[in-house]
Amino acid sequence: MRFLLIEDNKQLASAVVDRLMLDGHVVDHAPDIQTAHDFRSTTVYDLILLDIMLPDGDGRSFLAACRNQDSRTPVIVLTARSEVADRVGMLDLGADDYMVKPIDFSELEARCRAVLRRRGGEARNLLTLGDVQFDSKSGTLSVGAHTVQLRARELRLFEVLANAPDKVFAKASLVDQLVSYDEDVSENAIEVYVGRLRRHLHGSGVKITTIRGLGYKLEVA
Amino acid sequence: MSKPTAHGSIRRRLLLSLLASAAVLALVVYFVVQSVARQVAQESQDNVLAASALSILDSARFFDGEISVDLPYSALSMLDSISDERVFYAIRLENEFLTGYVELPEANGLSGSVPAFRSAVFLGEEVRVASVRRRVSTDIGQSFLQVSVAQTLSGQKQELASISRRSMAIGAGFFLVSVLLAALIAQSTIRPLDRLTASVSRRGPKDLRPVAAPVPSEMVPLVASLNSFMRRLQLSLMRSEDFIAEAAHRVRTPLAIVRTKAEIVQRNADNPETHAALREMIHAIDDSSRTAGQLLDHAMVTFRLDHLSQDKISLRRLTRDAVDHLHPISELKDIEMEAVGTDDLIIQGDQILMQNALHNLLDNALKYTPSGARIVVTLLRHDDGAEIRITDTGPGFPDGEMDHLTDRFARGANAENVVGSGLGLTIVKEVVEAHGGQMHITNNAGGGACVSLHFPSS
Repeated sequence: MRFLLIEDNKQLASAVVDRLMLDGHVVDHAPDIQTAHDFRSTTVYDLILLDIMLPDGDGRSFLAACRNQDSRTPVIVLTARSEVADRVGMLDLGADDYMVKPIDFSELEARCRAVLRRRGGEARNLLTLGDVQFDSKSGTLSVGAHTVQLRARELRLFEVLANAPDKVFAKASLVDQLVSYDEDVSENAIEVYVGRLRRHLHGSGVKITTIRGLGYKLEVA
Repeated sequence: MSKPTAHGSIRRRLLLSLLASAAVLALVVYFVVQSVARQVAQESQDNVLAASALSILDSARFFDGEISVDLPYSALSMLDSISDERVFYAIRLENEFLTGYVELPEANGLSGSVPAFRSAVFLGEEVRVASVRRRVSTDIGQSFLQVSVAQTLSGQKQELASISRRSMAIGAGFFLVSVLLAALIAQSTIRPLDRLTASVSRRGPKDLRPVAAPVPSEMVPLVASLNSFMRRLQLSLMRSEDFIAEAAHRVRTPLAIVRTKAEIVQRNADNPETHAALREMIHAIDDSSRTAGQLLDHAMVTFRLDHLSQDKISLRRLTRDAVDHLHPISELKDIEMEAVGTDDLIIQGDQILMQNALHNLLDNALKYTPSGARIVVTLLRHDDGAEIRITDTGPGFPDGEMDHLTDRFARGANAENVVGSGLGLTIVKEVVEAHGGQMHITNNAGGGACVSLHFPSS
């Protein structure tokens, strides 16, 4: 995914860019509204992260300009604590969500994912692996005529594994991607989610294999 | 906020001094009216007595050296006409008693033909005596014929008593009118102060504009210092708000940056020990960041509690917005969260504080509830107000600790592995109580925690 971050604090911006790149996103950073307009005129973004207080104006004017041009790109507004009361106004202007600064990265990640799923375009985001169909937007997994609704963590786990079939993922790295750091979860907890996915995939050509001592990988027959 | 101690009241002091002067004036009026009346009564009696004595004197005839005095009817009838007084007279020629009451005293100091008067006691009664004399020629030469007429005073006393009563009534009436006027004067003197008080206390908590309405010159220094005080207050309020936001930024941004670097290193770490150590490090950073956030939340709440806004808050919208906004976070942890209750309820209060309190409660519930659990926010209408009830299917609060959970930095025994500062419930409790409500912490019969917030109907 390609993100545009409009934020005047350089340190914070670089941390956000690094963090989002860790998840495989490409992030352009604009320190002010003018640069943001320049970026937007040449590139199509999947998501915009917008600070409100910017050196050359109010982020809300940028948001209004985007919406007037009928851009459907989702926008998450980053507001200072004292501006929370204005969030209704921002949602009215067409923002998809807001976060109170200073931002928490696991929250940012969760919000990006939620907004992208909600506004991910009209086309269904279908992934076909053999006889299994996965819709990441609605979070459903279909084996033949049988469709199940995945729970949030099952969905995340399946996304990670299915995006790179045959790649071995260590348990620890899967825990990092599924469980927020404020929970103290043992690596074995991942087995619970793997077990559930295996039940859903039962009877299909897709298998999650345990590589002893290393982790898991997804195989398509 | 403490109520200033009142020391005396300008209105009362003004009223009391006006009333005291009115009372003194009323007494003066009473005595003046009484003494004037007494004097007038005496003068009129004296005039009648003198006229009577003179008419007796006029009726004296000398004939062949003999004096004959006819008591003219009119002389005594004019005295009788006053009231049922007893009348005495005495007629003397030089010092020789001729007729009447021999014991009747005479007024002294007669000179010429001017009548003289005195008050005396005669036959056991107070009397007023008028004496007149005239030089006459008798066979033995020139001598004075002297006539004294006296009248008892009982009638006059009655009259004086009635005049005294009337002058007392006049004094009392005067006093009553003065009371009324004093009250009006005190009221109108104090009115500019009342107006100033009303115009200041009518203001919203954020209205710190200077007082512009004209005031009497004596109040100008007071209003000037009030205005300068409000200017300083406004400046310090603005600085406090900026400071809180700035402090949050300064503390949490570097933490966020360190955390990101740690995460990046951790992703690339193959060594399980390094991986575990970095995870612990990130956990500790999250703990610090959350504590800093809550401390600043608490500072913001404490600050706003002193200047509580009075917004109309729809509890339905408040609960729904809070649940919607935290939905991505609950999803991260596979926790189902929903807001139920169809009735909308409106309370008066500070929207930002209520949002913050509810956010803290839900954040708490999300932290302490294990993955796969369910959190329900229920809005309930009661006869005496509204209730927001937050229940979860987690482990619940540990027994015996519920009373202390709202103490600053208290954390439940089951919270060892969960990031948190223990300020969350303190913040919620302070906000709820500032809105006249109450927070109750219990455990559900079927397990799980239950926090209910009761707000009285406004």
